[in-house]
Amino acid sequence: MIERVCVVGAGVIGSLYAGHLARVADVTCLVRREEHARALNEHGLRVSGRHHFVGRLTAATTPDGLPEPDLVLHCTKTTALEPAAAALAGRFPGATVMTTQNGLGAEEIVRTHGEWPIVSAVTFMSGTKRSDTEVDYVLDTPTWLGPYEDTPFETVDEVAHLLADAGLKSQALPDVRPAQWSKLIFNATVNGVAALTGLPHDFHFSDQEHFGELVHTLMDEGKRVAAAADVDLHDDPWEMNVLATKRGSAHYPSMLEDVEAGRPTEIELINGALVREAERLGVDVPLQAALYALVTGREAAYS
Amino acid sequence: MKIAVVGCGAVGSLFAANLAQLDDVEVWAYDLAHDHVDAINTQGLRLSGAGEVVGRLRATSDPAELPACDFGIVATKSMHTEAAIAACARAFAGGAVCSVQNGVGNEEAIAEHVDRVIRGTTFPAGRIVEPGHVQWDVKGETTIGPYEPKPAPMEEVSRLAEACTRAGLPTAAVADARGPQWRKLIFNAATNPVGALTRLSHGRVCERPPLRRLVTGLVDEGKAVVSAQGIELDADPEELIDHAAKPEVAYDHKASMLQDVEARRETEIDYLNGGIVRFGREHGVPTPLNEMITALVKGLEASW
Repeated sequence: MIERVCVVGAGVIGSLYAGHLARVADVTCLVRREEHARALNEHGLRVSGRHHFVGRLTAATTPDGLPEPDLVLHCTKTTALEPAAAALAGRFPGATVMTTQNGLGAEEIVRTHGEWPIVSAVTFMSGTKRSDTEVDYVLDTPTWLGPYEDTPFETVDEVAHLLADAGLKSQALPDVRPAQWSKLIFNATVNGVAALTGLPHDFHFSDQEHFGELVHTLMDEGKRVAAAADVDLHDDPWEMNVLATKRGSAHYPSMLEDVEAGRPTEIELINGALVREAERLGVDVPLQAALYALVTGREAAYS
Repeated sequence: MKIAVVGCGAVGSLFAANLAQLDDVEVWAYDLAHDHVDAINTQGLRLSGAGEVVGRLRATSDPAELPACDFGIVATKSMHTEAAIAACARAFAGGAVCSVQNGVGNEEAIAEHVDRVIRGTTFPAGRIVEPGHVQWDVKGETTIGPYEPKPAPMEEVSRLAEACTRAGLPTAAVADARGPQWRKLIFNAATNPVGALTRLSHGRVCERPPLRRLVTGLVDEGKAVVSAQGIELDADPEELIDHAAKPEVAYDHKASMLQDVEARRETEIDYLNGGIVRFGREHGVPTPLNEMITALVKGLEASW
């Protein structure tokens, strides 16, 4: 029985989980800034958009003194995962830990800091932060969960049911890697191209006149890596791309926002992970390697 | 001898001001920037830096003012070649026209309007600091030769080379000028857009192994397109790239395309990487990296 949940990181995804879960569990939330924690403790977390309510929770900047949770959700960006996971080393030995990060490798980072059973999750829900205490729930697409290493499927299923009870779409899968890789290939391509061109994810990405062809070729390289890794993709990344560009409102991928703000991007666990997997498996991915080199070069030019 | 420089930006100004030093050459300049034209007509065209020169010449934004000329030197950005030569062609009815522009495809556009065409590649570089005043950053060689489908006779090519050399711009007349042109094209196409997309200087691109590998990938595709056309490069573009990365050469140099991107100006991508892709298609050579780079830079332009 999961009664107490600790959500680490309250960006868009963390806020959406924390707000919803506060309706069915005791939620604590670990954030980086003191003022963020104070505001959450004072006002709760307002969810707007697809759902309307205020979730009450306890926020803090350090795990010291927090009650032991049954479930920890890591919701920081991949660039902040290492210190966030390290902060929990030696704590909460009875908890299950769930990773929700983009790309590949979040589970391994968490594992280096503790022996918790890990649930590996991929989420396609999206939203916009209105303030430290309000998040607009935009796309109610599901979270897929699967076991990492020898985590029992019953544990995964229990977490999936908890999310569903909280009002979020979720599905427990025996193996989440097919979904994780679909999103990996999609993100590596769309985020990388957006970050370099400054274009939001719009019609240019599926239109043959613009770079539909480039996006298609990049995704084909990714699919060859997935095939070599024996991953039978859950969704075709190209179809995900076409569908997303037909939605009407252009999405600003986080990697584009990061580049424009001069912040570190998630390139390493997304494009870097894909290119390293390709190397390990002996698959030639010249265009994905070029994309990875260009975005890391773009980051190097910030200073 | 009458010579008209078509497109009097930085490179055009280097030719115009230096050629104006010769007693036996009357120099004209055609350019659409009125302030630059007016400054040239009132104060002359001043170069400083690699050489201190003031050239007295006639500048105009009205092609009808150009007299009948022996030579044209086209130095516009590549995307403006067609419009510029169409406007000025009448002045070259009895003359030969030489491109000293970047990329490939300019001679083809000139040949649509002019009978005798000269293929050219030039390395001198600079930038306009104010109207009528150009900073001359780099001295360098120019190589010219007959444009094969509509050639100027070798004797005419040599006359132009001799005049430029005498004016202080060392210029070689050769029978086949494609080698130097493709060497410079491959150099530019492999380095300029990588700098533009990452915002890194040439030296910083070269010291990052993954980016340096991308540069080599782009060079290799260009070399394959060159071989398929039976062109022999006069030198390996890789040597030029490594040489330019040295601190004392061009480590800190911001590629012109990066300057274009920072100023949100249309780039010459269609004539650089886009040109390699086009010639590659014609000769059945795949160029996936150059296609990718072309698409990314065009995407960047579309985002403005």
